[in-house]
Amino acid sequence: MPLVLKEEIIFNKELVPGIFELAFISEYVSQRAKPGQFVNIKCCDGLDTILRRPLSICSVNRKNNTVIVAYRETGKGTRYLARKKAGDKLDLIGPLGNWFHVSDEYKSIAVVGGGIGVFPLLFLLQQNPCAFKGAYIGFESNTCIVMEKEFLHCSDKIMLATNDGSKGFKGFVTDLLALNLLQEGSKGKINGEKYDIIYACGPMPMMKKVFELASKMGIKCQVSLEQRMGCGIGACLACACKVKHDGDWHYKRVCKDGPVFWGEEVDFDG
Amino acid sequence: MASSPGSNGKYNGKVNGKIVSLNLGSTNPGNINLEVEIAGIKFKNPVIAASGTYGFGREFAEFIDLGRLGGIAVKGLTLKPRKGNRPPRIAETPAGILNSIGLQNPGVEGFINDELPFLRKCNTAIIANIAGSTVEEYCELAEILSGTDVDAIELNVSCPNVKEGCLAFGNTVKGISGITREVRRYCKKPLIVKLTPNVTDISEIARAAEINGADAISLINTITGMAIDVHKKKPILANNFGGLSGPAVKPIAVKMTYDVAQTVKIPVIGMGGISSGEDAIEFILAGACAVMVGTWNFVYPDACVKVLEGIIKYLGIYNHKSVYDLVGKLELN
Ligand SMILES: Cc1cc2nc3c(=O)[nH]c(=O)nc-3n(C[C@H](O)[C@H](O)[C@H](O)COP(=O)(O)OP(=O)(O)OC[C@H]3O[C@@H](n4cnc5c(N)ncnc54)[C@H](O)[C@@H]3O)c2cc1C
Ligand SMILES: Cc1cc2nc3c(=O)[nH]c(=O)nc-3n(C[C@H](O)[C@H](O)[C@H](O)COP(=O)(O)O)c2cc1C
Ligand code: FES
Repeated sequence: MPLVLKEEIIFNKELVPGIFELAFISEYVSQRAKPGQFVNIKCCDGLDTILRRPLSICSVNRKNNTVIVAYRETGKGTRYLARKKAGDKLDLIGPLGNWFHVSDEYKSIAVVGGGIGVFPLLFLLQQNPCAFKGAYIGFESNTCIVMEKEFLHCSDKIMLATNDGSKGFKGFVTDLLALNLLQEGSKGKINGEKYDIIYACGPMPMMKKVFELASKMGIKCQVSLEQRMGCGIGACLACACKVKHDGDWHYKRVCKDGPVFWGEEVDFDG
Repeated sequence: MASSPGSNGKYNGKVNGKIVSLNLGSTNPGNINLEVEIAGIKFKNPVIAASGTYGFGREFAEFIDLGRLGGIAVKGLTLKPRKGNRPPRIAETPAGILNSIGLQNPGVEGFINDELPFLRKCNTAIIANIAGSTVEEYCELAEILSGTDVDAIELNVSCPNVKEGCLAFGNTVKGISGITREVRRYCKKPLIVKLTPNVTDISEIARAAEINGADAISLINTITGMAIDVHKKKPILANNFGGLSGPAVKPIAVKMTYDVAQTVKIPVIGMGGISSGEDAIEFILAGACAVMVGTWNFVYPDACVKVLEGIIKYLGIYNHKSVYDLVGKLELN
């Protein structure tokens, strides 16, 4: 169950130009949050930006009750957020939304993240005890790579792509994924490991590609969607996403029914 | 008025220079009577959740006891389920939001079967908000809902977000007269007519609703608006246009509430941008006997309770014994 909370910020630092990592203390969120969930933050006190801004939970330390979110300074809201300092209070609601499906049956998992989409996947890798964890992460270029160390730390294999080739594989992270999945030929084997599930978060075209690849290889796939939100708690129906349903389709709520959906549910072109 | 809400329900502050100390208790201190009566229904207090911003209450029940609310106006209902508009359905604008949800709802039967039983257990008044694309649809909705135990029916003749345009019923004297008269024949419940601000003279519309059988007026619905992404050279909303709500609309809503309250004798429910007890008091002074809180529920899920507490505090400070001490008690300069 989510709560409206005022929590203390421990640090708020710029990792690379325009991308920030913010840590706050919250016993409530840290003890309850599951990978894939988000918090909804009121970035300024007055009326300048009234709606809350959703940010995925990027990492949690249950021992010292620390929660980390990471964000790109995009517009007014995140610009206010970037000005916050250690000791300031963070007005948030959380934890919100559903979470990635985890199961003992998944012996080998892969995450595929693009840009700011990598953040919820880090939390998933950290919490997931399965035998083999592969991380595919993609960024614009060398200068926007964040949390590489953290990903290295909690995965068994990390594959990095940059669009301009300034580090790692040159091209989209989905091309890198395709290369690895298809190269091995039979049933998506990598290093002798078959992925039981792939989790993706990033731009819509990227997630579509990941889902197509996964279904071709017979691998389960979950994606984490984004949509502009009003309430963030499931009441206003602002955050609609098109989902297939009994041969027809309907709109589900990204904030409450999601943000995580099974790839086959999602109408990626809707 | 400088104030500092103290701990454990104590309030210490200055009112017109005088230091006051009040014991606010938990919800209702002393002998303040918060009850208001609208069209024969007793609301335990004047704070009602506005239609479309509260769903069917469930999500907010995770944050507050819905029994503390005066009432809940549920999401606009149509005869058949509606999928709603394409996203993006919301855009933030200065001190407000634009929305174009497009009346996504489970249909009136879905509401009656799946939502009403839960709402009925919540110990608060339930207002069914209805929308149609023809007069016949409105009548059928009113007839169906008259057979249930909702407390009142709110006629949404002012939704700007659906193509078939129920707005068309709400923006002319002829339109509002016709629809109110017809629905009145089928509606066995108190009938609240919700007005659109997208008109030249809202008083004459309110008057037409009153003459044709409305038991109460609620206002304002959203103001039509548009926000453009200059980089994409396209509107932000997939529907291109939407309805503006939130603090930005409050002064417009207060003036319209005042105008309507001056014109009609039936009770008026005011709304538009309320985010605090003092905001609500503005509407009450302007002539509303109850208020609805909409957009602010998105920012703080306990907004309705906070507005109520603010009203109680205000009544206490000024030593009013009832909400009615304030209704329409505005003194013009
Ligand atoms: C479930 C979820 C998780 C997210 N997690 C992260 C994260 O971990 N890190 C991160 O950097 N970003 C994340 N985002 C995107 C982030 O919410 C937006 O970048 C942010 O709201 C932009 O606000 P702004 O005021 O800076 O930008 P503006 O463009 O000025 O915002 C205007 C309005 O549009 C909304 N908006 C703009 N971009 C988006 C977007 N991509 N998704 C949803 N709403 C948007 C804003 O919330 C605001 O209401 C997430 C979005 C969702 C839906
Ligand atoms: C997302 C959203 C959905 C709404 N849906 C409805 C609706 O279904 N029926 C209706 O009569 N009004 C609807 N409204 C209008 C509100 O009930 C209210 O009249 C308006 O938002 C002004 O109040 P506010 O500024 O407090 O939000 C909606 C408003 C919003 C923001
Ligand atoms: S943002 Fe309100 S329902 Fe999702």
